[in-house]
Amino acid sequence: MRPVLLGGLAATLFLAGCSQPDGIGEGRLQQIRSRGELQCGVSGRIPGFSFLGTDGRYQGLDVDICRAVAAALLGDGQSVNFRTLTAPERFTALRSGEIDLLSRNTTNTLSRDALGGNGVTFAPTVFYDGQGLMAKRTSGIRSVQDLDGATICVGSGTTTEQNLNDSFQQRGLNYTPLKFQEVSQVSAGYLQGRCEAMTSDRSQLASIRSSYPLPENHLILEDVLSKEPLAPATIGGDQTLADAVRWILYGLIAAEEAGITQKNIDAQLKKAQSEPKLTALRRLLGVDGGLGSKLGIPDDFVVQAVSAVGNYGEIYDRHLGPESTVSIPRGRNHLYTQGGLHYAPPFN
Amino acid sequence: MPTPNRNAWLLQGIGALVLISLVALLAFNLQVNLQRTGLGLGFGWLGQAAGFALGEHVVPYSPSDSYGWALVVGLTNSLRVIVVGLLLATVVGVSVGAASYSTNLLFRKLAFAYVALLRNVPLLLQLLFWYFVVLLSLPGTPLAPLGSLISLSRQGIHLAGLELSTEFCALLTGLTLYTGATIAEVVRGGISSVPSGQWDAYRSLGMHEWLGLRHVVLPQAVPAILPGLASQYINLAKNSTLAIAVGYADLYAVSDTTITQTGRAIEGFLLLLGGFLLIDLVISALMTALSRLVSWRR
Repeated sequence: MRPVLLGGLAATLFLAGCSQPDGIGEGRLQQIRSRGELQCGVSGRIPGFSFLGTDGRYQGLDVDICRAVAAALLGDGQSVNFRTLTAPERFTALRSGEIDLLSRNTTNTLSRDALGGNGVTFAPTVFYDGQGLMAKRTSGIRSVQDLDGATICVGSGTTTEQNLNDSFQQRGLNYTPLKFQEVSQVSAGYLQGRCEAMTSDRSQLASIRSSYPLPENHLILEDVLSKEPLAPATIGGDQTLADAVRWILYGLIAAEEAGITQKNIDAQLKKAQSEPKLTALRRLLGVDGGLGSKLGIPDDFVVQAVSAVGNYGEIYDRHLGPESTVSIPRGRNHLYTQGGLHYAPPFN
Repeated sequence: MPTPNRNAWLLQGIGALVLISLVALLAFNLQVNLQRTGLGLGFGWLGQAAGFALGEHVVPYSPSDSYGWALVVGLTNSLRVIVVGLLLATVVGVSVGAASYSTNLLFRKLAFAYVALLRNVPLLLQLLFWYFVVLLSLPGTPLAPLGSLISLSRQGIHLAGLELSTEFCALLTGLTLYTGATIAEVVRGGISSVPSGQWDAYRSLGMHEWLGLRHVVLPQAVPAILPGLASQYINLAKNSTLAIAVGYADLYAVSDTTITQTGRAIEGFLLLLGGFLLIDLVISALMTALSRLVSWRR
């Protein structure tokens, strides 16, 4: 009888331990600090955004965002634990507290932001994307109009299904959706010819196409079906963490605006320290103003982030620039000064 | 002897207490978490327009219909593949199970090989194989080996006036053959429970093998087969949720989209759990009734 009793007690304690809703009364930021590690949710399957490199480490734009946040909060861009998540899993992982930061090609929408929806808080957009369609060049399909009555392969757990329906209905076109859970299955269904076209964010299409044996045989149509501002997200209701992440990302953009790079960051910091007249630079790099302290993070958070991964433009070029395998023209992802949409509010 | 009795009661009491506290803990945890995220449970969203299309539906459906109706459509799609799958898997399973007792060596070996192969490969892999490797390798222009009776293409299969999608066929084939193999084992086990004297008995009467199997052995094997069969049926129903891997719009696939669009994960999963619990309870009840009928007739 005693073993049974002890067993029952142990089971109760075990379950109590793992089901304890963590984070009540203690901010997420404090938890990250005491844990010494950032739990970051990524896809892990999208070349250019998050993908396992040949050295066995994750790399990509989404991955570097995680590293930048880890560097800014903990002083080390390597203290990140990456969790790979499918699209349907991601919000549950965030809300259940399994991850601190979701950096996984997530479109900022009202329903996801709102408390009555997914209830997460979005950071600034890190990639301005739009939903597109890809078809085989030989099919003769050149625009959405050519897809009347077509079967279209689509992935699950994303806004793509709704966007597809909206834009086909608006144009008075018929279609049959074929929904799969994984991008790899969507791609296989398309390559095998079960559907005339596949749909996803244009960045993802470019990334998938780059893995095909003959990428030039596939055409990403000019039509853009939707606005897809991809942004990292944190759990709703934790303003401290949300603010910190928001300003770390703005820091990456502000660094590009100010011409601060991974290479010259040390020189820039020295310059800021020695010249009291450079007030704006001194505030950005945490020499003056105590901006980090206001957020509850180290004052030198921009310095740490840029030292770890570089400014926004450097991150983009490393993973999506002309030299990379997944080359996507920067377009709307330029700084506002070059006709793009990226813009950092003042560090005052 | 009062002591063992009292001990048993104490044990029961402690067991019950542990169980109750566990359930209470989980309920409390759910409530705290719901409060923390500012969400209450609610089902008002079921009436809102779904706004997504579905690949196939046997009942009328358009994207302007409600989420509730989309889930019903998903349920009918699930039921369609489950019911047809149950019938076909039974036929396959009983035939293969009986073949393993055949006097024909080839039949016995084939039955053995079939069970060994199908039962030991994960169902998900089998589904992906049937869909991506077999059915999607069919040509785009229909093959019609038997004229208008049957035509095969990667866009779908036409069978005697029935139009079946490639996704439905892949799921049905996978579920039928996999469950057929496990049913064959259940049937074989049932047959082996019949005393060997019964075989000698009908043979000594000069009955044909097949006749003897049908009229002497199988009727005695059925009571032993039914409980195992019931759990295989329930397995088939549960395994049908792998539909999304091959692009079939079953209840799980529809709830998945619904949950993503509404953000109502807990309610969505509750409905999904409820739906499958209902299907499985119905199967279970029908099989119990069948068992009773069989034992009553005996």
